[in-house]
Amino acid sequence: MLELKGLSYQVEDGGVSTDILRGIDLTVSDNKFIVITGPNGGGKTTLAKSIMGLVQPTGGQILWNGTDITNLSITERAKLGISYGFQQPSRFKGLRVRDLLELASGNRKLTRDECCSYLNRVGLCAADYIDREMDASLSGGEVKRIEIATILARPGGLLIFDEPEAGIDLWSFAKLTETFRILHGRRENTIIVISHQERIIDLADEIVMISGGQVARHGPKEELMVHIMTETGGCSFLQPGAGCHQTEEG
Amino acid sequence: MARTKAEIDLLREVADLEGTPKGAYNIRKNGKLDSRNSTENIQIVTKEDKPGIDIYIKPGTKRQSVHIPVIITETGLDELVYNDFHIGADCDVVIVAGCGIHNDGTKKSQHDGVHTFYVGENSKVQYVEKHYGEGEGTGERIMNPETVVYLEKGASIQLDTTQLRGVDSTKRYTKIVAKEDAEAVVTEKLLTHGRQKATSEMDIYLAGEGATGRVISRSVAQDDSEQVFYPRMIGDAPGFGHVQCDAILMGRAKIQSIPAIVANDPDAQLVHEAAIGRIAGDQLLKLMTLGLTEEEAEEEILNGFLR
Repeated sequence: MLELKGLSYQVEDGGVSTDILRGIDLTVSDNKFIVITGPNGGGKTTLAKSIMGLVQPTGGQILWNGTDITNLSITERAKLGISYGFQQPSRFKGLRVRDLLELASGNRKLTRDECCSYLNRVGLCAADYIDREMDASLSGGEVKRIEIATILARPGGLLIFDEPEAGIDLWSFAKLTETFRILHGRRENTIIVISHQERIIDLADEIVMISGGQVARHGPKEELMVHIMTETGGCSFLQPGAGCHQTEEG
Repeated sequence: MARTKAEIDLLREVADLEGTPKGAYNIRKNGKLDSRNSTENIQIVTKEDKPGIDIYIKPGTKRQSVHIPVIITETGLDELVYNDFHIGADCDVVIVAGCGIHNDGTKKSQHDGVHTFYVGENSKVQYVEKHYGEGEGTGERIMNPETVVYLEKGASIQLDTTQLRGVDSTKRYTKIVAKEDAEAVVTEKLLTHGRQKATSEMDIYLAGEGATGRVISRSVAQDDSEQVFYPRMIGDAPGFGHVQCDAILMGRAKIQSIPAIVANDPDAQLVHEAAIGRIAGDQLLKLMTLGLTEEEAEEEILNGFLR
């Protein structure tokens, strides 16, 4: 079980402090599939990163299976079974896809078949990829899918994915949602996915809406879906003739 | 021939040898011939006018290898050796060189080797060279290799050189002249640490139409070590040349990378890329999320980079 108690994160910039997370309380039961959604800049990634230890919260507590992990290192948390799939994965000159899968699984002698099974689950034809370097010769979508494969190769526990669908083509996305569905079906892992995709949200047991650094809503998918549809459908900016300049957000 | 443990270790490090090599070989130990074997197609002959050997490979020799490792276990030894390879046409051979110094003394031990390759038409050569130093003494371990390659029409050479740890000072010079449709691929891997210094200069001449040159350098400088890398690709004919240098800096190390491309022919196509930097923080973080410590993550990244 994952418990977040009063989790906060504040940054100081030139004497001005900004609250990114404002006292988040959240409990995730074992083997649940949780989707975290909400507007850009609301604190979703910071929240996910603080569970992995990539961001050190300025207040509050994180407990994993009853152990206080708030001050543990990334490595220590990883050894307790917490995994994190980055939204923008790193590339490595020299490290091969096989190396990353081996490091992820903790088994330096993964068979070719085992490597293949992880890659196939993210829609990659394994034979073409196993010995390739994780360098700039791979496309963004390929790197992203390999990133997800490394999380699938990890020993079970808590699997966190930050926008796994970002940068992935439609065909691979279908494969990915199917993989998540099967993964959840086994009920062996607690899964937290940051996503805006209806098809991924649809797999969830529970939805957490994060906005302004707080939990705006949290509940079963069936209840929260209604709110999501009404709250995103009625934006005045999207109405024809609303007369505002279109801006792009990352 | 009985060998000490240090000698056995050095031979394994520099030439992957566990015993007597198969095929032709020449092992030089502490400035003298240790053992040698010529074969029907590959003759090894001691030079008369200066230290070193001539290696003659008959035209049409395929899938054969020559091992010519040099090991030094005496402190204070300083030598300059000339090895010339005369490779006939239509060959396909692997040449494994390499030098290992085990210096437990207080005096410097130095090996300077000049290797010259005359590669006949349409011949294919793979040259593997490893340099390695070890020992508890304060005496320096110095290696200054010079490699000169003349590629005839359609010939190719793949030069793989590696120096990972243990060599206090190295000055490397490589010169390749590639005639029509010849191809040269140079892969250099270097890791320096402590107060080591390493300089590598190269001149690759694309001398004939259709010649190709490729230089791939990957280096790591740790602690207070210093490296200078100065590869020059010279297009004297319509050919293609590519120089790619990547370097990782650690500690207070310094690296200068000066890739130069020179086009003396309007149809020469030359490209260079160079990058120097510390290990990216996001790479370390990714590997730490897989359960590695920061030190383990660093080691994995370096091992992959220098593979």
